[in-house]
Amino acid sequence: MDYYVSVATFAALNVILALGLNLISGFCGQVSLGHAAFYGLGAYAAALCSVAGVPFPLAILVGVLVAGIFGIVVGFAALRVREDFLAIVTMGVGFLFLGAVRKQPWLGAEMGIAKIPSPLDKWGYAALAIGAAVALVVLSLHVRRSWMGRAFGAVAQDEDAARTIGIDVAGYKITAFFLGTAAAGLAGGIYAHMTQLIIPDTFNFIQSITILAMVVIGGIGSTIGVVAGAILLTLMPELFRFINDYKLLVYGALLLLVMRFSPGGLAGLLQRLGLRLA
Amino acid sequence: MTLLEGRNLSIAFGGVHAVENVSLAVAKGELLGLIGPNGAGKTTLLRLLTGILPPDTGHVFFEGRDITRMPIHRRAQLGFALTHQIVRPFREMTLAENVMMAAAGEVTVRPWKALVAVNARRERERALGLLERLGIADGADKLARNVPLGYLKRMQAARALALNPRLLMLDEPLAGLNAAEATRLADLIVDLNAGGITIVLVEHNLGEVTRIARRLLVLHNGALLGEGEPRAVMARADVRDAYLGADVHA
Repeated sequence: MDYYVSVATFAALNVILALGLNLISGFCGQVSLGHAAFYGLGAYAAALCSVAGVPFPLAILVGVLVAGIFGIVVGFAALRVREDFLAIVTMGVGFLFLGAVRKQPWLGAEMGIAKIPSPLDKWGYAALAIGAAVALVVLSLHVRRSWMGRAFGAVAQDEDAARTIGIDVAGYKITAFFLGTAAAGLAGGIYAHMTQLIIPDTFNFIQSITILAMVVIGGIGSTIGVVAGAILLTLMPELFRFINDYKLLVYGALLLLVMRFSPGGLAGLLQRLGLRLA
Repeated sequence: MTLLEGRNLSIAFGGVHAVENVSLAVAKGELLGLIGPNGAGKTTLLRLLTGILPPDTGHVFFEGRDITRMPIHRRAQLGFALTHQIVRPFREMTLAENVMMAAAGEVTVRPWKALVAVNARRERERALGLLERLGIADGADKLARNVPLGYLKRMQAARALALNPRLLMLDEPLAGLNAAEATRLADLIVDLNAGGITIVLVEHNLGEVTRIARRLLVLHNGALLGEGEPRAVMARADVRDAYLGADVHA
């Protein structure tokens, strides 16, 4: 039973991470290849707080804010560069985070932070992670229906046209980065307390690509599709143990297949099937 | 009273003076035509005035306020609207949604305000009214990527109007329309002007522009060649030479 609880918790954390990236890339059209860095920022910030004796809810909140504030900084970079250059900048942010953390003794360097106080049991973390994931699903669905979602869409489709009709493109991009990275910080804070041990490698480039794969395979822009993508990619290595060794190969192949045959991901595929059935 | 003023505007691209030391004033309520042969710098001048390009030298004033460095979205919020020569629709939105985006300025002005606003009925009604006015109401619920150019051209005008502009800058709004559509849109431009919107029109369709504009500015090789009442301007020998390319043969 414990095993299933822990898989469910990880699936929920991945849903939070993927929906956060979907806010940035799916809704607002800004590429990010460094999402794991914000996951890490949240984890490290929350862990340091807890180790210093800060109460658990406050530690989680600090993780959310630290990730979100760094997200705003990266959002400013998104104002200067577009698309492929933004991909490289965000990838750089990921490496910068890892490089910095690995060299800092006060962050535990390569050994990470251990003995993080853990106030909840397995069921508690599962409830917290799933609750947070559900809240983020609700927020995503709401954003999509709201004028914020429409304005994100305008920015994603043509930022110059958006400017000429009075939309504050910079403000919306930064908002998207804040919301998406704050969500990653929330996942990081929960993760750090649940495992009680964090090391830099958990938040590496492969993690960023994995989150991106969840978004793209699920269907970029589609909240329900991205949730399905995150759950699927969490379960796959668990169901087929051998996949674990070839994880990147499998994700790469899946990404290629999606790009070639169904750019809308699982969501797009179902929609097409639905249309044909109707 | 002057609504828009450009003072000594210049810009060069790699040594080519696309616009050189041009000054102009647009009075409130005017319908001004900006004409000139291909490559005269009309679109570049428009871009300097609208802020898409920052001028190398010179200043732009809107109602006496220096807006040379003001971001485009702030200008749009002030009531300074423009349409692009090459249409820029939001392709994955319907024509109605395209216009609704512009009509929602009060809601989308701050992201956090936009987050708590869901209702779009008022904006949709306004968008449908504008599409009707431009004669493309039948395309309201079609995706922008699926409609012909003539529809997109007029949708762009509707989108600009949804901003409640006081100044409307139209970059070749008639290009790509057939003669009947062009006349109809030109008549609408006159109507809008009569309704109180100041309009600057860059146009290649000389027949329509001399018919509707009350004043013409002629641009040639990046500089002002002349200005005045349309028929008088078009009768000038130097303007005719500029269009017929007499200077090339001279």
